Amino acid sequence: MIEVLKRNKAMAVSPLKASQPVGGVLAFLGINRSMPMLHGSQGCSAFAKVFFVRHFREPIPLQTTAMDQVSSVMGADDNVVEGLKTVCEKNNPAIVGLLTTGLSETQGTDIKRTVKMFRDKHPEHAGVAVVPVTTPDFTGSAESGFAAAIEAIIDTLVPDAGEANTSPGMRPRQVNVLAGSMLTPGDIEYLKDTIERFGLRPLFLPDLGDSMDGHLGNVEFNPITGGGTPVEDIVSMGESVATLVIGASLNKAADLLKNRTGVPDHRFSSLMGLSSVDKLMLALKQISGVSVPPRIERQRAQLQDAMLDTHFMIGQAKVAIAGDPDLLYGFSGLMHSMGAEVMAAVAPARAAILESIPAAVVKIGDLEDMEKMIADRKPDLLIGNSHAAHAAGRLGCEFLHAGFPQYDLLGGFQRTWVGYAGTRQALFDLANLMTARGKGEIEPYHSVYSQKQDTGINHISAGGGYAVATAVAPG
Amino acid sequence: MKQSDIAELLDEPACEHNKKEKSGCAKPKPGASAGGCAFDGAQIALLPIADVAHIVHGPIACAGSSWDNRGTRSSGPELYRLGFTTDLTEQDVIMGRSEKRLFHSIKQAVEDYSPAAVFIYNTCVPALIGDDVDAVCKEATERWGVPVVPVDAAGFYGTKNLGNRIAGEAMVKYVVGTAEPKALPQGSERPGITVHDVNLIGEYNIAGELWHVLPLLDELGIRVLCTLSGDTRFHEVQSMHRAEVNMMVCSKAMVNVARKLQSSYGTPWFEGSFYGVEDTSQALRDFARLLNDDSLTERTEALIAREEAKVNEALSPWRERLNGKRALLYTGGVKSWSVISALQDLGMTVVATGTKKSTEEDKARIRDLMGDEAVMIDDGNPRALLKIVADYKADILIAGGRNMYTALKARLPFLDINQEREFGYAGYTGMIELARQFALTLESPVWDDVRRAAPWADCAALGYPESHLTGGEVMHD
Repeated sequence: MIEVLKRNKAMAVSPLKASQPVGGVLAFLGINRSMPMLHGSQGCSAFAKVFFVRHFREPIPLQTTAMDQVSSVMGADDNVVEGLKTVCEKNNPAIVGLLTTGLSETQGTDIKRTVKMFRDKHPEHAGVAVVPVTTPDFTGSAESGFAAAIEAIIDTLVPDAGEANTSPGMRPRQVNVLAGSMLTPGDIEYLKDTIERFGLRPLFLPDLGDSMDGHLGNVEFNPITGGGTPVEDIVSMGESVATLVIGASLNKAADLLKNRTGVPDHRFSSLMGLSSVDKLMLALKQISGVSVPPRIERQRAQLQDAMLDTHFMIGQAKVAIAGDPDLLYGFSGLMHSMGAEVMAAVAPARAAILESIPAAVVKIGDLEDMEKMIADRKPDLLIGNSHAAHAAGRLGCEFLHAGFPQYDLLGGFQRTWVGYAGTRQALFDLANLMTARGKGEIEPYHSVYSQKQDTGINHISAGGGYAVATAVAPG
Repeated sequence: MKQSDIAELLDEPACEHNKKEKSGCAKPKPGASAGGCAFDGAQIALLPIADVAHIVHGPIACAGSSWDNRGTRSSGPELYRLGFTTDLTEQDVIMGRSEKRLFHSIKQAVEDYSPAAVFIYNTCVPALIGDDVDAVCKEATERWGVPVVPVDAAGFYGTKNLGNRIAGEAMVKYVVGTAEPKALPQGSERPGITVHDVNLIGEYNIAGELWHVLPLLDELGIRVLCTLSGDTRFHEVQSMHRAEVNMMVCSKAMVNVARKLQSSYGTPWFEGSFYGVEDTSQALRDFARLLNDDSLTERTEALIAREEAKVNEALSPWRERLNGKRALLYTGGVKSWSVISALQDLGMTVVATGTKKSTEEDKARIRDLMGDEAVMIDDGNPRALLKIVADYKADILIAGGRNMYTALKARLPFLDINQEREFGYAGYTGMIELARQFALTLESPVWDDVRRAAPWADCAALGYPESHLTGGEVMHD
């Protein structure tokens, strides 16, 4: 167990952190016909919207309760009621995610009570699920906001097994998957495909693979999400045969689901790297009673081969990683399993999993902290979001995009990291970055006594061949 | 900030909106609002000042999703691209420790980054718990000898537009007039040419487009003391009071700055735009007129004749390609009329235009340009925009980045005209870039492909839109 260094300066410079409301919004983007709404001033929503538009390159549904001067001081309960009513009337959503912000929490809003006010006043919208979530931005980070939203969705929508008369396995092929915020739409698609190969029907919460995968749909304009988990499916989670929980940040939400429904769960802190994926396949084999399909066995063998090919380049590489705790854990574990040295791991906020990260130093901080921690040790590689690219440039090291936001890399939002195949591609990319770095190249030495009289002209002609014939090969 | 201070900022005598209902300043509707807050507007207006440490005082959401997020360019310092925030914690809020954290944050910024000045943007949470940001700034200025400027811009004060004004007000109140302009660099003066000092207010150097215009001003002997705020240094803002003329570039958002500089220092100002051939020429003429220098007028006319001839020649192949194309223009910050004339310069037809933020005077100019049957759009929700595109058979939607994916999802060509864009369209040279971007999207072969259903698909059954023009399926209201 490693000691996690705390924040030790007044001001954050080049923040790594995205706020809890941002993470909460992300969770609701993976529910079908959903409209997230932030209870705060207009800017809270505008910033979060631009954040995701730039990352996913998709239109993002997101509303605001538009708190102004008067309602900030005198109380904004009416804003919530009016906002919910307007969204229900105008956009006809199946679910509204009502997330608080620093402003409304400082004001002291009782978000659950405002939903009750709305229910009393507008029974005509009883068919629309409303999920209140407490997500002030002065604690946690996007990951904890996402987890809080998942917990609130379960709390609001999944009925108690005793009351609803459900029991685990009533739908014997249905498997719940609580999908953590570090999973990309590509990761979700991969997991869906894998679980289906075992003859099971996965029920993702949330399903960003269905909503934010970047596909050209048939409707011209849609003010709410046009994909993701249907609300009716979430209600049926208590009838599933098992639950897979991906990401330690979802442990609390998983506890709630298990206590409420009795559905047994299998928890995974990461799905990157051979041994992590092995555990997943083993669990799927147990749940389904189906042996691991040959196609997957083959992918496993492919990964093993790639590990052999790439360990030359990745081994001993000095790596620094910045990201939310689950992502940090996944990448650190992968790099460590390949023999690389994780010099520094920086997370924006505290989480229990940080203590299990195999790194020399784990710090709660920002990108400036990371840069300062490694500047004099010449890192080979930096892994982080788009903001970290500047740091990599200054440090003169290679850079791999991961996490939120990725606004300067097309397709970054959907790349698959998990599973045998995803890990394999990640290893190839990492090895290529290290090769490009030219590790181990020996600088040419010019003997003072040498008879060579190179004038420094370029010997390679424009056509690609050598202009000057080299020595004739023997034989 | 008190309600009365906000009311005073909203009361802007130089703005035509002032006489009627303040549409740009109306109360936002919960559940049906888009756009930023006052903090957003204030930060956007001042962030391009490149050698300043811009500290956002608040919990993470304000700075965390917005730093390093704008297309503005600097020719020197990159300090403005670093995100600084007090990143307030729950303990700070509950225990009242946020002022102390702010004070230490200023120290940290001054010691680690040696900024020319520090700007403190106040946000919702510290405003609500009553942090005295002005007092902290005053104390910090004295302690460290670096100007620390409070920008009191909590999001709940109002809209982005109000935030622009708050930013302008802070500059006028705390910065302008605190230093004199530097002497002209040696060797920069030319015989027979008197150098005149001007300011460009509301020019943000998006994608570096100001650099299309600056060489022309240099040639004419016009020194830009300060652009508020594209590619600006703190000292330039301090010296703004010495300009002979102020130009309000495109947007009225910071019109309060021009008005106050006029009332305090007697500086005349005019409104202009660098978008389009005609408007660029007009702006140069307006400078010459207000500076009242015969030699300058003469040289300006010569330069315009030369540049127009040059750009017209360069544009003629593009005009052939773009002639007759129909555009729907929905601009936010950029004045509709200035872009309309730029599009008409290219031989395109503007079928409708957004006028949500336009003044009555703007609308009159639009009618002059487009004729009486000009379609003006007040409500720019995505569904309404798409309907107008279909009804008026537009070939392209020109709007801010926020609407980009509305257009693309409807399989409609799109051009980004707002601040996040990556290309500069100002000045004569910018017109060529604009034409190239139009051709790039309008003539792209992808449109046919993305509108075509799979060869095995039954179009009707699958609900593929037959064409974007006849209007595909649109989701329920």
